[in-house]
Amino acid sequence: MSEKKSKKVTIDMNINGEKVETDILAADLLLDVIRNNLGLTGAKPGCLNGDCGACTVIINQKPMKSCLTLAIEVGDKEITTIEGLLHSPVQKAFVDEFAFQCGYCTPGFILNSHALLMNDPNPNKEKITEWLSSNICRCTGYKEIENAIQAVMTKTHNKNDSD
Amino acid sequence: MDIIGKTVSRKDAWEKVTGQAVYTGDKSESGMLYAEKVISPYGHALIKNMDLSKAKKIKGVKAIITGGNLPLTGEEIQDRYPIACEKVRYHGEVVALVVADTPKCARQAADLIRVVYEPLPVVNTPGQAFDPNAPLVHEQLEQYKKKSTVYPEPGTNIANRSKIRKGDITKGWEKSDVVIEKRFSFNPSDHVAMETRCALGRIEADGKVLITSSSQAPFMIKRLISEYFGIENGNVIVNTPLVGGGYGGKASIQLELLAYIASKAVGGRLVRVQNTREEDILTSPCHIGLEATIKLGCSQEGLLQAAEILYLWDGGAYSDKATSLSRAGAVDCTGPYHIDNVWCDSLCMYTNHPYASPYRGYAHSEVLFAFERTMDGLADKLRLDPLEFRHKNAIRPGDTTPTQVLLNKSNVGNLPECIDRLKTLMEWEKGQKIDLGHHKMKVKGISCVWKTSTIDTNAGSGVILTFNPDGSVNLLSGVVEIGTGTKTVLAQIVSEKLKMKFENVHVQIKVNTQNTPEHWKTVASRGTFMAGRAALQAVDDAIGQLKHLASCVLRAPVEDFEIGRERVYLRDDPSIGLSYKDLAYGYTYPNGNAIGGQIIGRGHYILRHLTYLNPETGAGKPGPEWTVGAQGVEVEFDTREYTYKITKAFSVIDAGKVLNPKMAEGQIMGAMSMGLAFGGRETFYFDDLGRVLNPQLRTYRPLRYGENPEYICEFVETPQIDAPYGSRGVGEHGLLGMPAALGNSLSLAAGVSLNQLPLLPELIWRKKEAANRGDSL
Ligand code: FES
Ligand code: FES
Repeated sequence: MSEKKSKKVTIDMNINGEKVETDILAADLLLDVIRNNLGLTGAKPGCLNGDCGACTVIINQKPMKSCLTLAIEVGDKEITTIEGLLHSPVQKAFVDEFAFQCGYCTPGFILNSHALLMNDPNPNKEKITEWLSSNICRCTGYKEIENAIQAVMTKTHNKNDSD
Repeated sequence: MDIIGKTVSRKDAWEKVTGQAVYTGDKSESGMLYAEKVISPYGHALIKNMDLSKAKKIKGVKAIITGGNLPLTGEEIQDRYPIACEKVRYHGEVVALVVADTPKCARQAADLIRVVYEPLPVVNTPGQAFDPNAPLVHEQLEQYKKKSTVYPEPGTNIANRSKIRKGDITKGWEKSDVVIEKRFSFNPSDHVAMETRCALGRIEADGKVLITSSSQAPFMIKRLISEYFGIENGNVIVNTPLVGGGYGGKASIQLELLAYIASKAVGGRLVRVQNTREEDILTSPCHIGLEATIKLGCSQEGLLQAAEILYLWDGGAYSDKATSLSRAGAVDCTGPYHIDNVWCDSLCMYTNHPYASPYRGYAHSEVLFAFERTMDGLADKLRLDPLEFRHKNAIRPGDTTPTQVLLNKSNVGNLPECIDRLKTLMEWEKGQKIDLGHHKMKVKGISCVWKTSTIDTNAGSGVILTFNPDGSVNLLSGVVEIGTGTKTVLAQIVSEKLKMKFENVHVQIKVNTQNTPEHWKTVASRGTFMAGRAALQAVDDAIGQLKHLASCVLRAPVEDFEIGRERVYLRDDPSIGLSYKDLAYGYTYPNGNAIGGQIIGRGHYILRHLTYLNPETGAGKPGPEWTVGAQGVEVEFDTREYTYKITKAFSVIDAGKVLNPKMAEGQIMGAMSMGLAFGGRETFYFDDLGRVLNPQLRTYRPLRYGENPEYICEFVETPQIDAPYGSRGVGEHGLLGMPAALGNSLSLAAGVSLNQLPLLPELIWRKKEAANRGDSL
């Protein structure tokens, strides 16, 4: 077999509000680039097949599976990883509601929930299920995650009411 | 009590919601190498030839390791080479390992290794393995090194036979007016922890072996690597950061051996071995399968008299933990009932399937599926209400277990009360079967559960408490944080007993075998009990030191001191005392003199009075206590399509004492969810070559968000007197009765006996069709 010399290219990324430059191969997965090149290991590999959602990040306000995304595609888009969220209501609610156990699926679930509430602050049950069924949690019974989302919605509601 | 019994946030909460939590696969270092596996595509085959020439040419390849020259391994029987030698015995078995600069390069080279196999006849079920004419999975069974407590039968596929002989089975049948016999089966399946297994290995110049692993058993890794490879025990150091789910699957030692072997092949450099999802399902140990035959007899009044049981476990290609699982299946071979005459043979069978590791519940949910389905059949024959029937026979203090342990008020929970509570919660009096119209019906099914832990008779746990200058304390324990929150509970125990604010108890989440006291293994729902006892002793030790120092400084006898509010003070005059802060690092007098030193509390606990089981009768004490519970499900069943939706799932568990309510409930719900998936949909599909056809999360389907039922969890609290604050193990129990309860509800709904798992609509349809044709089931 002839060895093809794969060439690295430099791309600019816009991640968690910062501009970064990194060298990648055209075939590199976004997941690998954010974990290995940028050291942001909150996004996890769970299947590398689009089945589990552990690798979820937010790209231009939408949750995306970074194992199904090539790094080279995301050039000018805004990416948020779990490291870019600090003290967000969803994180707080996950803590209060015990919506995690081992924590491995948690960054994916939090980002997915966060994106959902960003897109629709008041989703109905069906919509929540539609969005969150793309992720797998093997530890919890999902009820806790549902409670966490409900808690955020109730809070936003109450806040809006009192405003 | 101030903190015991209260819901407090987990100590690992914020790192887990911010992405700062570090798991084994998150670690990277420059210069790290990567190992990729070549795995067997067949269930059973001879390795005729392996061509490495193309792979070797790939730039960046540092080493290629194949079988041979490696020791045999296995926890009870040493029957497995870490890399297959001459023969493969299951689909997914590792046949070669490539170590290279990058994962891509290692993968590329691994894919270029050409292996020629000669397929052999496959042993595809434990029943087939039991056939005297079956091909042998291990011809050299006789020559393997083994522990004295495991009983393989060379010349057959039996890796272990555990026997239970309690009472007199002939008399039992004589006393039985009604008898029922049923057969059950299900294939192996998987744990599917979201974090796939991963291990890093490095060997230092002085011979120290450093392993980092996503493991539930770091101390076992240390012990086994030392034993298998002849390395001094103290020279093996194992690190375990957070673990992304275990459920028993990470209690087996496998990739750690490969990480060591790989590092050795490249001069000790750091090497990472990580499973892909497919490898995690195929190559690494799975959830055991079972074939069971259960015969039960009872008197006209509905009192159980006899149980005759045969379990054929699908231990897979290697015996590792499967022999122990077959023993656990014998120990609690019946459901939680009083039965005077019990005969059971529990056999661990070698097959050409992926080999088994523990799975949440350690053989209990599997046994209970078979047993509790039979109980429903017997209740039906007797025309007794199934809950009533169970209540009548429920195990109680004064009864004995299958291994003839006499139960008392402390070592067994209150099952009748659990049943009563379940009855109310499920609105049992409204009927078990309710017609909803439009071809829909609501049905209810139940199961009782119990479990003790069959772990090493000398399993122990240690805790160290070191004080900080500000008077706060650091808690060190070898319990691995696999998601169960045990270290948070330990912090609650320390906080309560030391009368210290919960925030002032700092927990080291990671385990390092060199600086953390050993905790046998983080399995069997024993973390809180064993480490909790050790923690209590460590607190007592620290309090003794604090009081002793205070007695010197304040010139009063030690016995006169009390503790409270992080102070040591005189009982009769609390104004005279010293704060923990003043004593934590010894006491310094105003003139500069100092006495004492850092307060360091030590505690340990070892399980007591456990015995090996008598090989002929099974008599002996396998575990410290039996947690009991009653569970149920409510299902909406479509009588035309045989589809169903699980609407509610119920658990009433006797937890002894609930130490952290929300966390305990989370454990139960998570376990119920897993149990329903095991019962309802999860299985390996095998072809004739023993290949697993569904090693991906789109073909192997755990429950997803929205597919879960409503959970109803309640606790009964009958204290286990020798446990910290009376609490019993509950980490596994939510799972135990789910497959049986689901099977019972659907059998009732469909009007056919459903004795296989998973309970897919297709299975129900097949059984219905067969029944309509008049075939025997
Ligand atoms: S790793 Fe991306 S979906 Fe599983
Ligand atoms: S918390 Fe463990 S997988 Fe979700």
